[in-house]
Amino acid sequence: MPNAPRSTMFRRMTHTTVPDGGAIAPVVNGERRSVAVGSTLGDLLRSLELDPRTVVIEHNGVVLRDRDAYDSLTLSANDNVEIVHFVGGG
Amino acid sequence: MTAISDIAPRSASATDTPLVVGDREFTSRLLIGTGKYSSNEVMVQAIEASGAEIVTVAVRRVDLDRAHEEGILHHLDPERFFLLANTAGCYTADDAIRYSRLARAAGFNEWIKLEVIGDKETLLPDTDGLLAATRTLAAEGFKVMAYTNDDLITALRLEDAGAAAVMPLASPIGSGLGLLNPYSIRTIKHRLSVPVIVDAGVGTASDACITMEQGVDGILMNTAVAAATDPVAMAHAMRLAVSAGRQAFLAGRMPRREVAVPSSPTSGMLG
Repeated sequence: MPNAPRSTMFRRMTHTTVPDGGAIAPVVNGERRSVAVGSTLGDLLRSLELDPRTVVIEHNGVVLRDRDAYDSLTLSANDNVEIVHFVGGG
Repeated sequence: MTAISDIAPRSASATDTPLVVGDREFTSRLLIGTGKYSSNEVMVQAIEASGAEIVTVAVRRVDLDRAHEEGILHHLDPERFFLLANTAGCYTADDAIRYSRLARAAGFNEWIKLEVIGDKETLLPDTDGLLAATRTLAAEGFKVMAYTNDDLITALRLEDAGAAAVMPLASPIGSGLGLLNPYSIRTIKHRLSVPVIVDAGVGTASDACITMEQGVDGILMNTAVAAATDPVAMAHAMRLAVSAGRQAFLAGRMPRREVAVPSSPTSGMLG
């Protein structure tokens, strides 16, 4: 759903981290986050100490349904990544 | 002496049929939300006390700055409870569809409690968006449980659009005003083939009982339990109330009369 309007909850985009030479800064949950060039989604989750089984990832507007694909998906500078999980709600 | 808590669930299951939604059967007709509890411990105890099998959860961003913050799955065993994700907070069909797809990718089930909100103050549904999202999600194989108002025509259209269950409100979300229009809820239940589960507005046990007496298939509540002074005790009260209301509906109430009719014999009085 790449052309869908962004919800207000996903809209915040800030630029807190400036990439240096060997790094890129894709947008992760609304904020630019520096990762080494060549990093995969799996690398990102490990750096954030997140268990892949407890989260769901949307990559550039596409919900990823196969967690095994995280380690083969290399991040690009302009990627937009959303990492969500279940919280309390009614 | 037998505690009433030991009697109620047994007597309920002895005479009632299961709650059937889609291809799933449930014993409990009480569905519980997991929001707004003072602690995860209280939430878990309240859910246990309610006897609910279906519990709702919301989809939100992981807070990356506090990455060790635990998601709700650290507290709720998905093997024990049926996790029903919601699209709370979504104001367009597209947003609700996006959240639904994220929820399904969590890998538990293809069910979604669909909310498309139309107004921030009342949290009443945007029925156009709701119908559009229901059609899209049903075509994608979702089991859509659609939160809606108490309007019969919208409920009928949601059923036509492929909703697996229709969830009219008793009164606005979090208001605790109870069942404002029993006639509408009764009519919706009478006219629909899919299950009708009242969602939102129940404030206390009598509200739940009166709602179930209308013949609906179940009730989903959150704030009535979470915001009670003692949520665990209220969850237990709600369990009994839902069961009592269901039993009373199945038993069939006496007709209302405008005149008194004595219960004791009118003959044999002393001369």
